Amino acid sequence: MSRAALLVLADGRFPAGGHAHSGGAEAAVRAGRITDAASLEAFCRGRLHTSGVVAACVAAAAALGVDPGELDRAADARTPSPALRVAARRLGRQLTRAARATWPSSELDALASRFPKGAHQPVVLGLAARAAGLGAPDAAYCSLYEGVSGPATAVVRLLGLDPFDATGVLARLADEVDRAAREAVGTAERVVTDGVGVLPARSAPLLEIGAEAHAAWPVRLFAS
Amino acid sequence: MHLDHHLESPAAVSADARRPDGTRRALRIGLGGPVGSGKTATVAALCRALREELSLAVVTNDIYTREDAEFLLREAVLPPERITAVETGACPHTAIRDDISANLEAVEDLEDEVGPLDLVLVESGGDNLTATFSRGLVDAQVFVIDVAGGDDIPRKGGPGVATADLLIVNKTDLAPYVGSDLARMAADAKSVRGELPVVLQSLWSEDGVREVAGWVRERIAAWTA
Amino acid sequence: MGAGADRRVDRVTAVPGGVRASARVLARGDGRGGTVLPVLEGEGPLAVRRTRGSGAEARVMLVGAMSGPLGGDHFTVEVHAASGARLRVGSAAATLALPGQDRTGARYDVRLTVDDDAELCWLPEQLISAGGSDLRVTTSVDLAAGARLLLREEQVLGRAGEEPGSLTSRLSVRTAGRCVLDQELACGPGAPGGWDGPAGLAGHRAVGQLVVVRPEFAGEPPEPRVFEEGAAVMPLTGPVALVTAVAADGLRLRRLLDGALASLD
Repeated sequence: MSRAALLVLADGRFPAGGHAHSGGAEAAVRAGRITDAASLEAFCRGRLHTSGVVAACVAAAAALGVDPGELDRAADARTPSPALRVAARRLGRQLTRAARATWPSSELDALASRFPKGAHQPVVLGLAARAAGLGAPDAAYCSLYEGVSGPATAVVRLLGLDPFDATGVLARLADEVDRAAREAVGTAERVVTDGVGVLPARSAPLLEIGAEAHAAWPVRLFAS
Repeated sequence: MHLDHHLESPAAVSADARRPDGTRRALRIGLGGPVGSGKTATVAALCRALREELSLAVVTNDIYTREDAEFLLREAVLPPERITAVETGACPHTAIRDDISANLEAVEDLEDEVGPLDLVLVESGGDNLTATFSRGLVDAQVFVIDVAGGDDIPRKGGPGVATADLLIVNKTDLAPYVGSDLARMAADAKSVRGELPVVLQSLWSEDGVREVAGWVRERIAAWTA
Repeated sequence: MGAGADRRVDRVTAVPGGVRASARVLARGDGRGGTVLPVLEGEGPLAVRRTRGSGAEARVMLVGAMSGPLGGDHFTVEVHAASGARLRVGSAAATLALPGQDRTGARYDVRLTVDDDAELCWLPEQLISAGGSDLRVTTSVDLAAGARLLLREEQVLGRAGEEPGSLTSRLSVRTAGRCVLDQELACGPGAPGGWDGPAGLAGHRAVGQLVVVRPEFAGEPPEPRVFEEGAAVMPLTGPVALVTAVAADGLRLRRLLDGALASLD
C-alpha cells in the first residue's frame, strides 16, 4: 500500500469536480446559518456525523469489494433529496473519469459501463481507492475529509472567511474524523458479512431541505 | 491506442478525438478573456453566423450560474437544448483548466443528446488574464480582450494574450472614445504572439464576426480532414 | 421496581426496569367496499379503539392508557392493511417520552405493512421528548407495489422551555421488497456532535416527516419543492414522496406539513 497514493487521491486538486460543490455550505450561508468560523465548525461537525459517516461507510465498503450496485441503491435510500442524489451521481461520474485516467482498472471500467451517468460518489471513491492500491481506512478518510474540507473551502470564497480560520476548523475536527473513520471501517467490515442493511442512515434535516432550496435558486455560485 | 480500446471503452476519459462508438467527436473551441470583453456576444454572433452550416452547441462556465447561458437563450441564438451551463464554484478558470471533468461531461452529454455535432463552443466566465483552457478540454482557444480594457493589455501579455490560437481585440468602434490606439494594440499583439493570428472586430458593424467565423471554418476543415 | 411495578397491568410483561407492551391491528376489505378489523389488540399503555370511520375507511385510535414510554419500556405497534383495506390510525394524544428511574433507554417500534389495493394512513399525534428522557424509535414500513400510504411523524424536542431528552428515530421504507428510504435522526444529549448546528436543526425544536406512497408516483413523481425554507417535498426512487420539515414548535410544524401535503394533490 502506497502512502503517496493516498495523498494523490485525497488532494483537493485531484481533478474530480469537487471544487464546484459547497457541500450545502452555500445554502447555509445564504440562510444566515453559517456566518463565521464557529458556525462553519458546527456545520462541518453536523455534516461529518450524519451524511459524512454514511458516505464514509459506503466508500469503505466499496473499497472492501462490496457490490457497487447494492451500495449505490443503499446510498439512494439514504439520500432523500433529489438534488443531493443528482450531485452525488455527477461527482461520482467525474471521479470515475479522473480515477480511470489515473489508476486504470477493470473494476472502474465496469463501473463506468454500469453507471454511464455516474454512481454515488462514495461508491466510486471506494473503487478508486482499490484501484490505487489503497484500503478501506484510506477510502473512509478521503470521504470524511473531503466532506468537511469542501464546505470549509467554499465558505472562504462565500464569506471571505479568513483561510487560516477555515483551516483551523479542519484541524479541530481531526480527532472526530479519526473516530468516524474507525467507525466507518468497522461498519464496512460488517457490511461484507451482513449486507448493506447494516450501513448507518444518519441524516441532517437542514442539509436536505437546504439542498432543495439551493437547487431551485436561479443564480448560485456552487453546483450544490 | 488502437481502435478496439475505444470501442470497448464505456466512456472517454480524456480528450480522445473519437467518441466511445468510434465516431469523430465535435471540434471544441474555448473562448476566454476578461469580464465584459465580449465573449458571450462573440459566441452569440458565431452561432448566428454558423448555425445554418454546422451542428453547434455551447457550454458556458459562469461565475454566477447560468447568466451567460440565459443571455444566449434570450437572444435565441440556438435552441435551449444546445446550451449547457456548468457551475464553477466561483472559479471558472478551475473548471476550464485545472479540473475539466464537469466541462467534459457537459460536452459529451450534448453530443449524446443533440448530436452529432460539428462544433462545441466552450465559453469561460470572465476571469483574469492568466486564465487559459486545458488542452484536455478544447482543441483551440480564443482569447477576447477589448479596446476599453486598456490599450496596454497586448503589451503586458499574459498566457491568454500570448498563447491563444486566436486573439480577438473587440469593440474597435469604441477606440476613439476611450483613447485606445488600435495600431499600437495590433503591433504589441504581434510582438508577443509572433505568427499567431489577431482579429480586430466590432460586432456593431455589419457582419462583424465574419473574420472570426472564417477562422473557425478553417479549424473545422482541418479537424475533419 | 418503583414506577415500573405500579404501571404493570394485565397482559403486560415487565422487563427489567420497564414495561413491554404491544398493539396489533389487522385490517382487510370485507368484499363489499368496507373494511373489517379481524385483529384489534392492545395492552396496557397501548390500548386501541375502533372509532367511527367514514365511507370505506375504518378508523382506529391509539389511546394512551398511561403516559410513556418511560426509560426501560419497550412498546411495539404492528399494523397490517391487507388487500381491500382502507385504514386510518391516529392517537388520542401526544406521546410523551419521559425519563425512567433506572436511566435505561426506552424503545418504541412501529411496523407497518400495506398490501396491494390497500391504503393506510398512519397519523399519530406528535412525540414529545421530555428533558432527561432517552427514547429510540424505529418505524419500519413494508409496502406492496400497489399499496398506498400516508405516514406522518412529528417530534417535538422538549416541553415548553425545556431542554430535550435523547431521541433517535429511524425510518425505513421498502416498496416491493426494495429499500427506498432509510433515515435516522438523532438529537439531544448524547447525539453525535452538530445535531443542533447549521446542518442539523439549527435551534428548531420541532422536526417531522411525511411519507406519501401512491402507485401513480411511479410514472409521474411529484416535483421537488421547498416551503418557507423549512420544508421540502422530495421524490424518492420509487412511488414515494418524502416531506421533511423543521419548525420552531409543533404547531408551526403541523402547518408546514399540512401545506406540503396539500401541494401533492
